[in-house]
Amino acid sequence: MTVPVLTARAVSKRFGPTLALDRADLSIHAGEVVALMGANGAGKSTLVKILSGVYSPDDGELSLRGQPFRPASPQDAKRCGVATVHQSIADAVVPTLSIADNLLLDRLCDPSSPWRATPVARLQAAAPLAERVGLEVDLSAPLASLSLASQQLVTLARALATRPALLILDEPTASLSAPEAERLFGLLDRLRAEGVAILLVSHRLGDLRRIAGRVTIVRDGRVVADLRAPIDFDAAVETMIGRPLRIQAADVGAAAVSDSASAFAAQVPYFSVRDLQLTSGSIPFDLDVQRGEIVAIAGPVGGGKSRFARAIFGATHATSGAMTLDGKSWRPRSPADAIRAGVFLAGEDRWRSSLFPDSVPFASIAGTLSFPFLSHWFKHGRVHRAREQRAATEAIERFGIRCTGPDDRLTRLSGGNQQKVVLARWHAQPARLLLLDEPFQGVDAGARADIVDTLRRHAPERATLVFVSDLEEALEIADRVVRFDRATLDHVSPSDLTSYVHS
Amino acid sequence: MKTSPSVTSDVASEGVPASHESAGRIRPSWLQRLRVQLERTGMLLVLALLVIVFAVNQPAFLNIDNLFSILQAVSIVALLGIGVTVTLAAGGFDLSVGSLAASAQMAASYVLIVWHGNALEAVAACLVLGIAAGLFNGLLITRLRVPDQLATLGTLFLLAGLQLIPTGGRSLATGTILPDGTETTGVFPDAFLALGRLRLFDVVPLPVVVLLVLTVVACVVMETTRWGRVIYAIGGNETAARLAGAPTARYRVAAYVASGVIASLGGVLIAARVGRGDVSAGHSMLLDAVASALVGYAVWGAKRPNVFGTVVGAVFVGVLLNGLTMLNAPYYMQDFIKGVLLVGALAFTFSVGRGTESHA
Repeated sequence: MTVPVLTARAVSKRFGPTLALDRADLSIHAGEVVALMGANGAGKSTLVKILSGVYSPDDGELSLRGQPFRPASPQDAKRCGVATVHQSIADAVVPTLSIADNLLLDRLCDPSSPWRATPVARLQAAAPLAERVGLEVDLSAPLASLSLASQQLVTLARALATRPALLILDEPTASLSAPEAERLFGLLDRLRAEGVAILLVSHRLGDLRRIAGRVTIVRDGRVVADLRAPIDFDAAVETMIGRPLRIQAADVGAAAVSDSASAFAAQVPYFSVRDLQLTSGSIPFDLDVQRGEIVAIAGPVGGGKSRFARAIFGATHATSGAMTLDGKSWRPRSPADAIRAGVFLAGEDRWRSSLFPDSVPFASIAGTLSFPFLSHWFKHGRVHRAREQRAATEAIERFGIRCTGPDDRLTRLSGGNQQKVVLARWHAQPARLLLLDEPFQGVDAGARADIVDTLRRHAPERATLVFVSDLEEALEIADRVVRFDRATLDHVSPSDLTSYVHS
Repeated sequence: MKTSPSVTSDVASEGVPASHESAGRIRPSWLQRLRVQLERTGMLLVLALLVIVFAVNQPAFLNIDNLFSILQAVSIVALLGIGVTVTLAAGGFDLSVGSLAASAQMAASYVLIVWHGNALEAVAACLVLGIAAGLFNGLLITRLRVPDQLATLGTLFLLAGLQLIPTGGRSLATGTILPDGTETTGVFPDAFLALGRLRLFDVVPLPVVVLLVLTVVACVVMETTRWGRVIYAIGGNETAARLAGAPTARYRVAAYVASGVIASLGGVLIAARVGRGDVSAGHSMLLDAVASALVGYAVWGAKRPNVFGTVVGAVFVGVLLNGLTMLNAPYYMQDFIKGVLLVGALAFTFSVGRGTESHA
């Protein structure tokens, strides 16, 4: 066998008292797609950051094409041939600059580049980069005019500009719809054929099934398995979380879909939507949800799911249509209105929509949990710590949040546990209608199973709507799945759904 | 509530990875604990050290009268600093407090000297001005979506210019000739002057009492009530605060109104102490107030705007300047010393303890 493009041998990294990476080994050959799997906090990100030059390892050796590789910075790593596309697109682009300038950003920021670059020259230089990833747009338009998926292609094109030997992709499909993801995979197939080695970090099994040739699993900072094709992904997940999976997602989901249709058909709906038109151009739709039912609104990112959720929550307003909740007309003017009435929304992207940064004094489990209910719990203004700590202690137990106590800072928790805190918050008071937008974002399979369990246990008290882009997740959680795209609903029979998942 | 068997087994299996996690962690060493302690008490220790050094070199420094004169000197800057702190906590930045205090001071003088108003009317006029300026700032920011610093910078110029117009740019005292040629005849009544000059029990100046009361009120509101929480929440993540049901625009306007009212109160105290409407009053106050608020980040390891820290920061500056003056440091060194202190405190705040943060 040829020399691997990249080899990591016994790489360790320690952060204060925590050993994040413990003698990890990894190797990738040219034209190979290796998936890095691991639960949140297992050490994936640390390993990726060491390879991409963000951190330097405390111990161990890296080599690139047989030569010792010690990148001093991400720029250095890129010069050596290791390019990384990070999950957060917002951190990598400048929305106000043109698409061409964004494509050339590394070149423009390079001190050794010529001081003068005319707009025409920049457009010409950017054109081949855009072409390589199949981006067919006017490159002089501002980047902000592109969809999120196209913006990601821009970051990918930028990474490819240096002709890297190794391309690292961190959760590349996190904000893509299925066709967009498929377009990305097509592109990755081409790169692989050209001999680029690809390291892929993803939580989505569908992605890995589609593209990965080999799976390396990290747990507790150690590489615990290295599986070659054909890969048994159920076994891989069990290795990753260190225990057997309890729910066979698709089977349970499919059974539930057919059951619920008959079980709930006769009742009067608890929450219903009539002729709701979300945006001026979209098609109006109806939806009925029963008390005790969990309905998944599944559809691509950018298809208007979040807008629907926010319209029910009063954070945005629909163009026309009516909603009824428990027999009464439902017209919230603000989120405050909705919360008072027992309609709760756990927004997508927890750090943007729900959590407070560490500089906020009460960014602890207890403080995060109590925040929406402060005016309800503490009518006279003074916050009683004992009251919110009691609520937090109860939530920690109910949701199995792994922490040292109700005063733990949110930044100290792993992603899955942070998400549990967000969900626990909206269980601190009884909900009549609970809206969950992408509740499994950045959550590993183990925590996901816990969350599904808890949501199901509390479902009979209320109506629950879950907005997800991953159909597998939808089937795992819901009694009934409806497809949602282009700001409207289309009903699909259960068999269609399951065949979609297994395809 | 009964739990199903699958749930109990789930909890049991969760215990295993938890123990893995704790095995990777080591108890914090005494060095780390010392660092955490220093982070908290560092500024207070330095303040205590300063007091000791000054007292040893110049025993008159510890004189009760001298200590209260320090507090009196910093009281107005500290008041304005509290206003700045509240807006900083709400994710804004009120740069108009200095010129608002100056305008309020002129307004009080105008009411007393030109309109022959009484003390109560003068104070009321100032507070109305403060509320109006706060609303103006708040609405510029929340309705017209002007960025905070730019909106309040505009208000700074607006008020600094506005206060010059009624008197034609002159300071205002009994006998001043107004632009329309009339000579003013009103006087500062004793009741008004008392606000700046009265000493409680012949020891504690009234402005210090005002500062003390306001500090306690602001601390209690900001740290222990839900209103304070909402303000900090807006400063941390406004979207999250709004989606959790907080009326964020209303709170942001309220923060600017509070800051405006506090600043105008500062203006009243200046007018009462100076005894006339001084066009040059309050020039350096904005920078001093902002500096106090920023020094306050370093107090008790807060690393965020906090009322107690701001007041300590203002006192710190006062002690330093008073002590150095007593040791015959030249007056022109003062701004430089303040600058050193501010930069030092900011470096302390943002560098110390970075290593203890989570890497996740």
